[in-house]
Amino acid sequence: MRRRERPRRRLGGADQQSSGRLRRRERLTVVANEAVGPYALIRVERGSLDPGIPGQFFMLEAPGRLLPRPMSLCQAPPGELSFLLEAIGPGTHAIAAVEPGDELHVFGPLGNGYRLDVENPLLVGGGIGVAPFPYLSAELGNPPAILGFRSDWHAEAAALVPNAEVLVEPTLVTERLLPGHDVLACGPEPMLEAVRELASEAQLAWEAPMACGYGACYGCSVEIDGVLKRLCVAGPVLEAAA
Amino acid sequence: MILNASGCLDALEAPEVARALDIFVTKTVTPQPREGNRPIRIAETEAGMLNSIGLENPGIDALLKDKLPLLAELGVPLWVSVGGFAAADYARLCTALDDRPEVTAIELNLSCPNVEEAPESAAELVAAARARTQKPVYAKLSPAATNLAETARAVQAAGADGLSLVNTIRGLALDDGTLQPRLGHELGGYSGPALKPIALAAVYQCYRVTGLPIVGMGGIATGRDALEFLAAGASSIALGTVLFRDPDAPGRVRRELADELASRGLSSPEDTTGLAHGAKPVTVA
Repeated sequence: MRRRERPRRRLGGADQQSSGRLRRRERLTVVANEAVGPYALIRVERGSLDPGIPGQFFMLEAPGRLLPRPMSLCQAPPGELSFLLEAIGPGTHAIAAVEPGDELHVFGPLGNGYRLDVENPLLVGGGIGVAPFPYLSAELGNPPAILGFRSDWHAEAAALVPNAEVLVEPTLVTERLLPGHDVLACGPEPMLEAVRELASEAQLAWEAPMACGYGACYGCSVEIDGVLKRLCVAGPVLEAAA
Repeated sequence: MILNASGCLDALEAPEVARALDIFVTKTVTPQPREGNRPIRIAETEAGMLNSIGLENPGIDALLKDKLPLLAELGVPLWVSVGGFAAADYARLCTALDDRPEVTAIELNLSCPNVEEAPESAAELVAAARARTQKPVYAKLSPAATNLAETARAVQAAGADGLSLVNTIRGLALDDGTLQPRLGHELGGYSGPALKPIALAAVYQCYRVTGLPIVGMGGIATGRDALEFLAAGASSIALGTVLFRDPDAPGRVRRELADELASRGLSSPEDTTGLAHGAKPVTVA
């Protein structure tokens, strides 16, 4: 299968400026760190950062670590940005430990978000993959969502997404996919692969370790259908098939 | 002058970062296109990071045709980093670049830790390049050479106009749970803060034995780091891993270095080069 490539930009920066979505790096104050099930919802002052398009991401400083970590924007209330994360490694643990009043360097928005010109959207997410959905749902007028989690505790994150059907393993989101919808998905790789098989027009948000988030390190290449893609500039949202 | 370390910035994706540099150095180009290594390609460790990109690049023909014209539009002097697997590769690459006015110098990547090394010595590769181009040729060396000073002298004798010191050094990280290599390619190139003392030693040694212009790099994250590289013998410095976490690093390091020089009564970076060797007195204001 071949994927639809987004139009190639001539020079990234010039294009950004013309679209009014200039990425910046700023030191932002943490407003709150709230537990949502096993996840942490980190709310920071927005500063002069643009929230970008749902599905785009930001590089968050991980205090005490060499490299920042990529996080998709979860919510964009006035004056704030928020990020939902799961502490799984040293970087995410460091971010999940921030307290109100702490300051974090935040760089973004980065990458390509979801296409919002969809007629009949359906959000399909799994686990921490629900992170971009609160903002996406708000921008799309609260469309239906199918969210899968590994436990009831994890499923507490579904409260952030309106109009959601919540499934807990062993039930899988792919068992409930409705035909005739424009699927916008985010979740673990096996889930995305399964969604692709059922919805060839889906938009899928992928994930990879990243050092920079802006095309500099060539570290976030992912292999999709045998082709390596720098996820930070080609994605993270990719069309399932063309 | 402040450069980027080769492979640590894509000027076409981040022109605003490239324009903050004095010179932009391309990611290493090889004769043929290379897809690079399979993921996972990067791993953060306690004092640095590993990468195993594997010289992903579009090949020299595509660079010349598609990328050089765009890179020239940036208005930043351009060095092209070249790499290969035999002396003939370096000769071919330098021949192709020699008549391109967009290119001000060629850096020979003689030390990528993620690919097999050419069978020839560094000096033989430099000689092959030297014979094919009038442009300044910088030899990028690994700090892992058994006798780095000797290698530096040999590449100087072979016609190198300058040295880029240092490349990454080979490293390994294991997954906590599985105890398997975290990188798809298993071994990677180690960079970041842990590399700084190793790189400083390389600059110090090679400055002493060659007197060649040196681009110092390896863990530079602040103006203070840059100052130390100048004092050890570098005439320019390059930013690598720091660009990943801070795309504003070129401007910041430049400001911090100016403050460091001013606070020590040093008039310019040029007057600072080699101070660690006792050639000139240092006075702290």
